[in-house]
Amino acid sequence: MNTNKVIQVEGLTKMFGDFAAVNAITFDVEKGEIFGFLGANGAGKTTAMKMLIGISNPTSGKANVAGFDVFKNAEAIKKSIGYMSQKFALYDDLTVKENISFFGGIYGLSRKRIKKKSEILIEELGLEDVANKLVGSLPLGWKQKLSFSVSLLHDPKIVFLDEPTGGVDPITRRQFWEMIYKAAHQGTTVFVTTHYMDEAEYCDRVSIMVNGKIEALDTPKKLKEQFKVDHMNDVFLKLARG
Amino acid sequence: MSIIVSNISKSFKKVKALQNISFDVNEGELFGLIGPDGAGKTTLFRVLTTLLIANEGAATVAGFDVLTEYKKIRDNVGYMPGKFSLYQDLTIEENLDFFATIFGTTIEENYDLIKDIYVQIAPFKDRRAGELSGGMKQKLALCCALIHKPKVLFLDEPTTGVDPVSRKEFWDMLKRLQQKGITILVSTPYMDEAALCDRIALIQDGKILEIDTPEAIVKHYPKQIYNVRANNMYQLINSLNDYKYNHSVYPFGEFVHYSDSRIDFNPEELKTYLESKKLLNIEIEKTQATIEDTFMELAK
Repeated sequence: MNTNKVIQVEGLTKMFGDFAAVNAITFDVEKGEIFGFLGANGAGKTTAMKMLIGISNPTSGKANVAGFDVFKNAEAIKKSIGYMSQKFALYDDLTVKENISFFGGIYGLSRKRIKKKSEILIEELGLEDVANKLVGSLPLGWKQKLSFSVSLLHDPKIVFLDEPTGGVDPITRRQFWEMIYKAAHQGTTVFVTTHYMDEAEYCDRVSIMVNGKIEALDTPKKLKEQFKVDHMNDVFLKLARG
Repeated sequence: MSIIVSNISKSFKKVKALQNISFDVNEGELFGLIGPDGAGKTTLFRVLTTLLIANEGAATVAGFDVLTEYKKIRDNVGYMPGKFSLYQDLTIEENLDFFATIFGTTIEENYDLIKDIYVQIAPFKDRRAGELSGGMKQKLALCCALIHKPKVLFLDEPTTGVDPVSRKEFWDMLKRLQQKGITILVSTPYMDEAALCDRIALIQDGKILEIDTPEAIVKHYPKQIYNVRANNMYQLINSLNDYKYNHSVYPFGEFVHYSDSRIDFNPEELKTYLESKKLLNIEIEKTQATIEDTFMELAK
């Protein structure tokens, strides 16, 4: 396999009965790339993502994630990736420090490493004053930034972000994207879904799923040229409306 | 005036959810409350729909006082909460029939008002609400909020988490309802939806930052904004953040929106600086402020 490609997907399909939730999708993602995975609600994004992170078995096709086959080596994939979603990210009833220790432990980091990572992370995020406070008491924007950092604790090759910025205020949303750029700059591949079309423009490349298929895949610039529009929002509307 | 809010404050223990909020909504107006999670939008909705009593201030909705005439308000408003609140175990048709009955009306009597929306979910009318997709739930919730022909419609984040296509459809529906004379107060965290309202209030941390038409709000932006682009976004943002004359630096799609703290700013100087940071293909050009720029400037 090409070592620069950290995700390779070919004809990946997931059937629920007669219904093809994901219908033979094919794409690659390169190391350090910010890859936007877009689509309308119900287009099959979540189902596709679940297969890529090793928690749902594909019906057919091929997929290699972080060097591992999704059919044979799903457990190894889980160890090599980070995951963050808007719905579930951190435990509200644990403090900032406890959450970091907990997830560090889950990812199998040594106590020493957890302690060190924890210090760095709290300092970077400026959370010194709230390190011993319950995560539930923090503003949403802080939680999301902390949650992203936690998903990177074990230095994964790829981080999957499922609508990470929903409802977050515009300043924090941008700070969040600056963190994404930083991670990508350091070589982490970022796979992200979003409903904010301005965020789609932040991605190196974007795929758009419609009814289980990838109907478009290119850089935001080329997609806009291809559909002869000025904004990604219009690309999305044109495609998803058919 | 359809809604009059005067100096409303509401606290939960130490948290000041609403601080001295005042605004009016005209009859037939589509008024937007624009702000992130935790701004106080839902608390305000709950005060205005008589589900919560404010600590201070007064408010009237459709001419009725939220404290003394709350029953009349409940007859005259429709409320679609942010969280899906219909009966999951009832079918689409049963939910709608239930809400019609509670308000002493029938589906037939006001069918005209919901027809456009209901026809889209009618093929699934025997399906339980709990088994519907997000977009269908949203349409059903809107039908239930409209079935008693309210004068004022309250919609709390109806488009959160909804994809751009469904969001556009939803706003088209709101415009049609507005044409039927219904006053609409809608909240959203999506700044691009602000432009679709007649007037908006920008809200953050329980305070209103500004109220005006979307066009007027962007004109109030105090600086000239520039679109800046270069070959490496990450290094561009870092370099601009390090530039000592910056006033604001925010990524906006394929550009960074930059404003300078100096009055006599010369873009060529910035270009030279960015070149010294090894950036290539640098483009700097004037652009218009957006609602989001204004919001961030006010929220700073």
